[in-house]
Amino acid sequence: MYTQAMDLAPQDERLALQATGDAEREARFEAHVAAGGWVEPKDWMPDHYRRTLVRQISQHAHSEIVGMLPEGNWVTRAPTLERKTILLAKIQDEAGHGLYLYAAAETLGTSRDEMLAALHSGQAKYSSIFNYPTLTWADIGTIGWLVDGAAIMNQVPLTRCSYAPYARAMVRVCREESFHQRQGFSSLLTMMKDGTGEQRAMVQDAVDRWWWPCLMMFGPPDGQSVHGAQSARWGIKRVSNDELRQKFVDACVQQAEVLGVTLPDPDLKWNDARGHWDFGAIDWSEFWRVVGGHGPCNRERLAARVKAWDDGAWVREAALAHAQKQAARAAKTLEAA
Amino acid sequence: MSAAGNEWPLWEVFVRPKAGLEHKHCGSLHASDAAMALQLAREVYTRRQEGASVWVVPSAMVTASDPAEADMYFDPMQDKVYRHPSFYPLPAAVDHM
Repeated sequence: MYTQAMDLAPQDERLALQATGDAEREARFEAHVAAGGWVEPKDWMPDHYRRTLVRQISQHAHSEIVGMLPEGNWVTRAPTLERKTILLAKIQDEAGHGLYLYAAAETLGTSRDEMLAALHSGQAKYSSIFNYPTLTWADIGTIGWLVDGAAIMNQVPLTRCSYAPYARAMVRVCREESFHQRQGFSSLLTMMKDGTGEQRAMVQDAVDRWWWPCLMMFGPPDGQSVHGAQSARWGIKRVSNDELRQKFVDACVQQAEVLGVTLPDPDLKWNDARGHWDFGAIDWSEFWRVVGGHGPCNRERLAARVKAWDDGAWVREAALAHAQKQAARAAKTLEAA
Repeated sequence: MSAAGNEWPLWEVFVRPKAGLEHKHCGSLHASDAAMALQLAREVYTRRQEGASVWVVPSAMVTASDPAEADMYFDPMQDKVYRHPSFYPLPAAVDHM
């Protein structure tokens, strides 16, 4: 069950139980997770595990929701009706992914309103990739191919995350995400194959701008990752940032070739000994600048979310008032009968 | 559970994947009333023909067993081996019964 509203044993009885042997429970929990066991919402879990998951799942949910904004920018200007309906379906999926994830995070005892308040105050983060602008139509295809491609690399291991509601949500997300990546590649391929020289240049320009930010999506190098070791032990993160990044680069090189674009990295070279593609140094100062709020669109994105939330307040209130009125009326009719 | 002043109530969503199968829990969502919960359940959980029927149930109406007592609660069933067909060895001639 996803709910945190279920009726369980009386609170005081549970608190009394809790006082006895938290250390013992923690040891049992660690052993359970180390053996590959699942954790469900009402199972006992260490506070830190709970906090880590709330942070990660809510950030993930925020990313899905904020991620609708750069794509929404092109709905009215999609080149054909078919591309427009595809883009709308994709954006609706992002909303759905955000909702699955918020629901999974809520099972840990943090309300939806609390999570949204943290996003709107700037306290909670979302993926910094969405702080880059979508300047041309080719950006939409590139987001599908590279941004969603990177997201899939990140998300597939999460389907085995120890926290079961998160894992279940990710199964659903991954199933749908594959359409996102393919439609992006197909859109770019159409431009590269059937397009004009100008359109091909537009695709190359988009790839040039998105490539490095996409490599940053996997997070800091393994040595510098703050939560890495503990998350690995808890089965929250099963594959390291650098491993995933390498996997992404290896997959993209051939796809870029098929597409006929150049990846903007002069150091990209096949390494026979490693059996992987070597790639150039990532500018982490840019990553930290964007995460820290100084990317090209940070303010615009957050302002758009806050405005949508504020403008929708009367709708949320009216719907609740209507439901309460209907319930009161129904109760009255029942009384009279 | 955290204080949720004006939040729409939480609903659990059950979807029947196709005719002949049972409804299965697939997630939850917030909605102001049952009609809205049904509509949102369709939008959120069946965008790709995943369902032939949807149920929504107020989460607060679900009563659940306590996972902390799962061992005690479900274990006694384990020693009742006579509840399983394999407990009854029969002559080979009729053993496929």
